[in-house]
Formats: sequence, C-alpha cells, structure tokens
Amino acid sequence: MSVRTLPLLFLNLGGEMLYILDQRLRAQNVPTDKARKDEWTEVDRKRVMNDLISTMFNKKFLEELFKPQELYSKKALRTVYDRLAHASIMRLNPASMDKLFDLMTMAFKYQVLLCPRPKDILLITFNHLDAIKNFVRDSPDIMNQVDETFRHIIEVYGCLPAGEFQLIRQTLLLFFQDMHIRVSIFLKDKVQNSNGRFVLPISGPVPWGTKVPGLIRMFNNKGEEVKRMEFKHGGQYVRAESEGSFELSGDRVLTLGTNMYSASRPVETRVSGALKNSSLNTKDNIAARTLAKEELNFLARLMGGMEIKKTSGPEPGFRLNLFTTDEEEEHAALTRPEELSYQVINIQAAQDQQRNEELTRIMGEFEIHDQPQQSTSKGDDLLAMMDEL
Amino acid sequence: MTFLLSTESSLGSHFGTSRTSAPDRSMYRRERPVPMRSCPAALYNNLSVLPLPAPGLTQFALVHGPTAQLLSAAPDGLPVSQRQLHTKDGAGPGFPLITQAYWCVLPFRVLLVLTSQRGIQIYESDGSVMVYWHALDSTDASPVQALFARGIAASGHYICVGTWSGRVLVFDVPAKGPNIVLSEELDVHQAPITDIAAEPAQGQDCVADVVTADDSGLLCVWKSGPEFKLLTRISGFGTPCPSVQLWQGSVAAGYGDGQIRIYEASSGALHVQINAHARGICALDLAPEAGKLLSGAEDSFVHIWKLSRNPHSGCIEVEHCHAECVTDTQVCGARFCDLRGSSFAVTGYDLAEILRYSCV
Repeated sequence: MSVRTLPLLFLNLGGEMLYILDQRLRAQNVPTDKARKDEWTEVDRKRVMNDLISTMFNKKFLEELFKPQELYSKKALRTVYDRLAHASIMRLNPASMDKLFDLMTMAFKYQVLLCPRPKDILLITFNHLDAIKNFVRDSPDIMNQVDETFRHIIEVYGCLPAGEFQLIRQTLLLFFQDMHIRVSIFLKDKVQNSNGRFVLPISGPVPWGTKVPGLIRMFNNKGEEVKRMEFKHGGQYVRAESEGSFELSGDRVLTLGTNMYSASRPVETRVSGALKNSSLNTKDNIAARTLAKEELNFLARLMGGMEIKKTSGPEPGFRLNLFTTDEEEEHAALTRPEELSYQVINIQAAQDQQRNEELTRIMGEFEIHDQPQQSTSKGDDLLAMMDEL
Repeated sequence: MTFLLSTESSLGSHFGTSRTSAPDRSMYRRERPVPMRSCPAALYNNLSVLPLPAPGLTQFALVHGPTAQLLSAAPDGLPVSQRQLHTKDGAGPGFPLITQAYWCVLPFRVLLVLTSQRGIQIYESDGSVMVYWHALDSTDASPVQALFARGIAASGHYICVGTWSGRVLVFDVPAKGPNIVLSEELDVHQAPITDIAAEPAQGQDCVADVVTADDSGLLCVWKSGPEFKLLTRISGFGTPCPSVQLWQGSVAAGYGDGQIRIYEASSGALHVQINAHARGICALDLAPEAGKLLSGAEDSFVHIWKLSRNPHSGCIEVEHCHAECVTDTQVCGARFCDLRGSSFAVTGYDLAEILRYSCV
C-alpha cells in the first residue's frame, strides 16, 4: 500500500543477504597459500563483498528503487537478488539461492514483527547499513556510495509521521504474509516456534514514547486528576532507557538488524510442510499472470540500472554452497514443496549489455501500445522471451 | 445474564511485585476457534462480527489482502458457510488491496461495506450481491501518497467512509434497493482516516453521534444529519489513533503508543487516560448494553474495561475487567459477539483461525 516501502525492503533484505554470504564465505575459507584454484580465499571473499555492495548501491539502480511504487511480488524481488548475487565471481545453484532467499526474508520478517515502534524500522535499516559500511571500510569509493544512500534515506524518511511508518510496516507485513519457513538458528534461539510463528516477548523495555502499561488516571471537567488506579496488565514491561540515533552514525540501541550469524553457527532452513488449503483459485491465477507484465516493467527498469562488471578472460565463477555438502544441496532442490517454489524468471547471469538494451527497447515499445487487447499478446511474447534467456 | 465483576484494580494491587504473567481470575474462557484458509492482513480493525437470527450462529468478516472472507460459524466452531469477496478491478498496476470489511446496521437493512485501494464496495449483508460501487477520486493525490479508503460506520440511514486524504464520504442509504447517494463530503481531517464510530443519537438535544479519527491522532466529533455538523476537535499530537468508539456521549480512543483515552464528546475534555498496552492498539469495540470496552493491540494482549458514569461528577470512570494474552500473536481485530459483551472474537497476524472467548 505505501509507495515508499521498496527501498527499505530491498536494503534490509540485501543486508541480510550480505550477512549470510559473508558467513558462508568465511566458513568455506581457505588460506591463500594453501588454496587450490577453485577454493575460496580471504582475498576472494573481500572481492565478492565489494562487488555485491557496489552493485547494490549503484546510483542509477537506487534511483529506480526510490521512485514511489507499490511493492512487487516475492517472485519479482527474488529475480533481482538472483541477479545481484551473480554480480560477482560467485555462483549459486538454484537450491542455494532458494535457501538464501528463505533466510533473508524470514530474518527481515522477524525484525519487522518485533520492531517496537513503526519508526524503528529506520533503526533496523541503519543497523544493516552500518554493517555494510564496515564490510567495505577498506574501499573509500564504495563507502561513499553507501554514505550517499544513507543520507538519502535520512532525507526521505527522517521526517515521515508515525502514521506513514505504520503504513510502511503494514505493507511489509502484507509482503511477508503466510511465510512460515522454519530457520534452525531461530528455533535454537527460541525466537521461532516449531509451527513457524515467531515468539513475541511480553517483557522487556516498552518502545520509546510508550508508557509501561498498568495505570488508569481519571480526571474531572476542570482537568484535575481525581482518581488513580493500577491494574494487572499481564506482561512484565519496563521503561525504555534511551532512543536510538537516527543520524549518520550513532548508537542505534536496537539490536534488530545487526548480524546474528557468526562463523561457527551454520545456517540451516527446514522448509515447512504444505499448508492444508493452499490451492490458488482461478481468479488469483489470472491476477498473477496480469501482475507479471507490470513486474517485467519493473525488473527491466531496475536491472537496466544494475551495472554488472564483466568477468575478464577465462576466470571461472566460484561456486558457493549454502548447504554443508553438495549432496545436501541436490537433495534440497529435489524435495522443495511445489507451493514454495519461486519459479524464477531465469534471466541469464552472464551480463549482456546488448541484451539489456534490447530489453529496454522492447519495454519502451510495450509502453506505447498500452491498450488491453494488444498488450496481452505483447506481454505474452515478452514472457516467452524471458523464459528463453 | 449476570456475572461477577473483577475488582482487583480497586483494591490497589501492588503493581510490580506480582510475578504471575496472567491475572488470577479469568472471567472468560476460550471456546473452539473458527479455522480459516489463510491468515488475516496486519491492518487496523480487521474483524467485523454480525450475530445472525439463527440461534448461536455468528458471521465474521475479515481482510486477507486482495480478498475479504466472510465466514459463519456455530458455537462449536465449525464453519457453516464461507464466501470470498474480491476488490472490484480498477485501473492501475498491482493487486488492489482491501483495507477493511464492516457490517453497517441501518434502521431497515444491514449492508456489508468493503473499502479498498480503489474505492468502496457495498453488498447485501451476506455478500451475495454488490449494491453499490464508488471509485476513489485520485485527482488531488501526489505520487508519494498511498490511495485507499478506510474507516466505516453507520449512523441512522447514513454510511460514513474515510479516505487517504482525510476526506470523509457520507452516503445516504434508502430503506431498500441500490439507490445509494453520496450526500456529503467532510473535509476537516488532513491525514488519512483510520476509523469512524457512531452511536444512536441520545434524546432530542444536539448530542454527538459520530466520531472520525485519523493518522495524526485527530478526533472530530460530529452531529449527523442531512448536513453533518462539526462539534469538537480533539488533537492527538501526532500519535495515530487507529481505533475509536462512542458510548453515551463519550469518545473512547486507542492510540499507536498503547494508550486509551476517553473524552467527553461534546466538550473534548479528557476524563480517563489508560496506559493500556505496550504496543500500538489495533482494535477497539464496545458492548453498549453493558458499557464494556474491548481493546486489542500488537503486544498480543486483549483487555476488557468497564465504563461507567459517576453520578456525582457526571464524568466517565473506568475499571479493568479482564486481560487475555493471545500468545505470540499481534492482534489485528477484536469484536464483542453480542450487545452485552458476554463473548468476543479475536484475529491476529499469522493466525489462521478466529479465536473466540465467552463468559463462564
């Protein structure tokens, strides 16, 4: 609903993606002098992180992102991250990409749900941005890109009223609706139940600006307090000690959005069983097909702005596995339930400038002939073309 | 139906020393929930309840996103019938989302109103036939504004619906048939409307009978009629007011910071301030025959309060009756299922069932 949601969704999910990839790269790390040609080293890891972050914070790309627009489907967004993940020497098999996307989305869903005040979504975003800046602290150019974006966010969101933040939060929760994938790191830490729902604590500090529940004050017509009563609220809340900083740097106070993965904690997801009544009715299917055309517009615009560096010469892509073994990855690909398949539009990872231009040209053509009858067939052609890529 | 009022609060219980996480005396017990196909959207006031003539049968309406679901259930929780309603297709990209579903009880008929990102759809109470459609006017919108209708109430033969701009549309509804007419547009609010409440006008004096609330927390109190008259404005100082109720000339408002405040409608004087919840309130409901107020919030709690008017001062007073923790659930809708408040229903984000409670 809120047309200002996409940048926050993208940057926070992107932040989670970087945390996970960083952890997996470190886990698969091999000392440089001992590394074989196809093994990861510290240098490779830094290079991957730099490439990813510099692509994410590309000026043209962000310009498209920040345009006021409705949120697109998980499928469309997943395609963007798929492309982004391949903006480096790293290669991910579909099963690993699925797992990555599951983890990213469940982590951010958790953060949005537990966010104390709607405005604190900004603090969560800042936590992610602070960490991203730390990843590229040795590369001043990329740091600059991130800082620019940081300033832009403060400019765009800093003065929004509470009601607008609540609308953004509601829009995000709509995006995450019906997602109950179980993540073992969450299950172990007891922040998620075995049915996939998150644990909502009823103790701890109240949000900044909220009073601890339990007091009733009654006044007369002159405004004088005449009676005061306490009631047993049921929770065990305490006062909030301080408000997090909304400046370019500062103590955010809130820990949501900071890196919860450490080198020794493997990231596993168990995919929830099929929902009992998950069959899509016909109307949803038709709507989903119509939606795809708008999403293609969105994808073309967004990825047109994504400058992917070409890999030079015969350098091979380094494969990253999000599972512990290759066999596990294969097994995950085969056993993923149908309704959780993202059915990604497979846009070729090998960046092709010429193809991008053609895509944009076709999009331009498509926009001119904007009549229902014609656009149906043109849209279908385009969908077919995407599948062939 | 008689029941014992819990008077823990008037004993001045030692707040903070008790370590129990739930109150000792439970007046309501949990009944069989009503299962649903999918989970409700995390929107304000996301539940409407209509008791049906058939004994024990209750009808529920709630919003999932692009669809709204109507379910009728028997006391044993088994759904008797179900119906899904969709947004009327309009121009523009993306799924149009429904923001609210609400039954309007008018003098001669009951109508179901759905508000969405496109406009307002009015149906016969069982959702079988759409009687009227009103498209939202987007001419004054800037590209950064989200367009939607939200906030629904019935006052006499008028249906009031709020919009994203703060404008409130007043529709005049005939005793039967589809000739619903847009009678007036109220342009006082400057922020998106969140909720509207109404109650039957008391007596012949000019008494307030409609209150509108918005995202900035502003409350406007009106006298309904062929021309609505603005009586009072009550500022919220920037904190959104997602839910509002009207009872015997008092406005009960739930705010995004977890507070409930009760004002005298005609003067705007603050009578009660309750630090009720630890997160934003998403739903308020009233059982008018008993003066009971129900509040549900994102902190996973539902509270019931007893309102009464002090015979000496004439001011409204409040007592806490009951606290219910809906474990690990952000409540998004809460309604009494009868006029005396002997039973209530709750919906929550990520919860695929409607929870029901009734007095023991």
